[in-house]
Amino acid sequence: MITFEADGRTIQANEGETILTALKREGIQVPTLCHMEGLPPSGACRLCVVEVEGSPTLTPACSFPVAPGMKIKTRSPKVLEARRTNVELLLSNHPDDCLYCARNGKCDLQTLSMEMGIRQRLYRGKKTTRELDVSSPSILRDPDKCILCGRCVRVCEEVQGISAIDFVNRGSRAFIGTAFDTGLNLSSCVNCGQCVLVCPTGALSETSSLADVVAALSDPDKLVVAQHAPAVSVSLAEEFGVKPGTDLDGKMVAALRRVGFDRVFDTSFAADLTIMEEGSELVHRIKTGGVLPMLTSCSPGWIKFVEEFYPEFIPNISTCKSPQQMMGAVIKSFFAQREAVDPAKIVSVSIMPCTAKKFECSRPEMAPGHIPDVDYVLTTRELGQLLRMFGIDLAAMEPEGADTPFGERSSAGKIFGASGGVMEAAVRSAYFLITGKEYPDLKIQPIRGMHGCKEVRLNIDGLELGAAVVSGLGQARKLLDQIKAGRKDLHFIEVMTCPGGCINGGGQPLKADLEAVKSRMQALYKIDREEQLRVSHRNKWVLRLYEEFLGKPLSETSHRLLHTHYAQRDVLL
Amino acid sequence: MSAQTVERILTQHQGASRDALIPILQEVQEAEGYLSREAVIQISKHLKLPASKIYGVATFYNQFRFQPKGKYHFMVCRGTACHVKGSDKVLQTVMKQLKLSPGQTSRDRMFSLEVVACMGACGLAPVVNVNGEFYAKVSPRKLAQIIQSCREKEAVNAPR
Ligand code: SF4
Ligand code: SF4
Ligand code: SF4
Ligand code: FES
Ligand code: FES
Repeated sequence: MITFEADGRTIQANEGETILTALKREGIQVPTLCHMEGLPPSGACRLCVVEVEGSPTLTPACSFPVAPGMKIKTRSPKVLEARRTNVELLLSNHPDDCLYCARNGKCDLQTLSMEMGIRQRLYRGKKTTRELDVSSPSILRDPDKCILCGRCVRVCEEVQGISAIDFVNRGSRAFIGTAFDTGLNLSSCVNCGQCVLVCPTGALSETSSLADVVAALSDPDKLVVAQHAPAVSVSLAEEFGVKPGTDLDGKMVAALRRVGFDRVFDTSFAADLTIMEEGSELVHRIKTGGVLPMLTSCSPGWIKFVEEFYPEFIPNISTCKSPQQMMGAVIKSFFAQREAVDPAKIVSVSIMPCTAKKFECSRPEMAPGHIPDVDYVLTTRELGQLLRMFGIDLAAMEPEGADTPFGERSSAGKIFGASGGVMEAAVRSAYFLITGKEYPDLKIQPIRGMHGCKEVRLNIDGLELGAAVVSGLGQARKLLDQIKAGRKDLHFIEVMTCPGGCINGGGQPLKADLEAVKSRMQALYKIDREEQLRVSHRNKWVLRLYEEFLGKPLSETSHRLLHTHYAQRDVLL
Repeated sequence: MSAQTVERILTQHQGASRDALIPILQEVQEAEGYLSREAVIQISKHLKLPASKIYGVATFYNQFRFQPKGKYHFMVCRGTACHVKGSDKVLQTVMKQLKLSPGQTSRDRMFSLEVVACMGACGLAPVVNVNGEFYAKVSPRKLAQIIQSCREKEAVNAPR
């Protein structure tokens, strides 16, 4: 413990801590732009400056450690002036498009200029005019609104290990771009949207499908069907200023019906279906000496990552489609048959915490016979927008449940939304498949939580199973490199593209801190704790789907509709 | 040609780290005249550096180009002396007449444009260099003539 002084107050701090961290604990907020929780400081924006006695220049609080006896001023005229000037300079070439901007109301730049009391443009720079990058099915880039804070570059490189984007050129001509300044679609970008989450401005947002969905909803000739992913119901609350971790499942379903969706299904149902297929595939691979370790295939960013960076691992990837695509496939086959509607008349919309799902649904592999399993993907954020646009008061909704014939889900399917959930659900059912008995304790603690890499060894009836759960592609890279280097003790690996899993997906409500993300995760495990049906293989509707339509897991019909294959991808790495 | 040339350069930088990036880029450009996508991919594999990083570093410095040079390669000096003597106008004129931005090459590969810092001929400012030949004290009018004469040469060469 050391003692220092800020604005005349004596403050205790830990050795080695930055000024920023110490001040924050004391309730002193210092504005930041380039600073990123959990990553080393970059010191680029100089918004966080404070005055340190004895130092001739201002000091960036985010990157400077506190020292014993240090005397700091955080709101002297000099500090306030410097911060304001820094923001004014950022505004000097800004388009000032707030009314038309994806970030209107959620923009850090807006907030900062408001907080600094900026009321007029002092510096008039030449506005940047670069074209919008509309090439990606997932991410929309508007370089004119970029303030070059570098956060997107850092998350892409340091968290995701992709480096699709970097600073190009320098000085006043600098911008964020891909290699050779191609569209994002031709780069190594995996569409994860983590860059969107960290971007302080409207320079990055999702490619919106809202207009298409609204048009479909008003088309009397279409049967518009919605599915919602496990992580959405525990995050949507934040779009409406409700406490993070509030589960709005039933209210959300009711709201979706009000909006005009003809049917509402829960993707967790398809997660149960995935478990039946993927669990069977795992057991099959183990029993027949198939390629191991098997890698999960639910997360489309991760799939593209393997196709680009680790094509040698493609045979390890489970052939199962993701739950979104399985749901889409049974909607346009089984459901269509049952309702006697032409699949071409069905508009299948999925609501996802994820931007990469937009890319996934547009993959040719996901449109057998040129009929896409899923037509449009809306992110959690876009759903929030849709409900606001349609004037629906979520709080006033009476909770409703999912439609037949996919009316039930287990909580095993629901915890798919958290990193470790797929593994836990799979183990619960694989255990049953192998032993014919239920997994004794339905909780596998070591693979829960926000850690990037979690491992556990399981013994199922004498069968030793090495399981690993990673989230964040930087973590996946590390693990794959270990396996390449000869590591052999793993049989099954769950990989989620986003750190912490879908609860922290790139389509989720903005401005969530780690605590909010943890609350979303806890909400999922709370649902699991309180649920009666906690294993996928007891989902009656899933069993019925097999009885009436699919036959059994890994059947020919299953293979045709629910499985797929991937291939190496050539992009600029 | 190209792949082997780059390979040869890379073997001279065996086990190199990212510190070697700039020298490698310089050598490749020296040998090839520009940095092709293929070359960047090779370098990226060799140094285990993402292509976006290499592109970022290469664009940070003005010396690298990503398109092959044209038959007539225009270098416009934007050094201090030339600036004082109005090289800004000169550059604007070239850009307008050739319809090119610095670093670009025309689609027919006839013209390319590069902006350089001082060419060491400050006494002749503003200076333009075409395929190694210096033109002193260029005015926009003189430039138009230079470009015109390139075009005329091509018209004569062109098959009838
Ligand atoms: S990025 Fe922020 S400040 Fe810029 S136009 Fe959008 S909302 Fe306004
Ligand atoms: S979406 Fe993901 S991979 Fe693509 S640029 Fe953003 S962070 Fe990188
Ligand atoms: S795109 Fe956003 S995150 Fe990236 S540098 Fe620009 S403002 Fe920062
Ligand atoms: S937040 Fe400290 S320099 Fe940007
Ligand atoms: S400044 Fe142009 S030649 Fe020196």
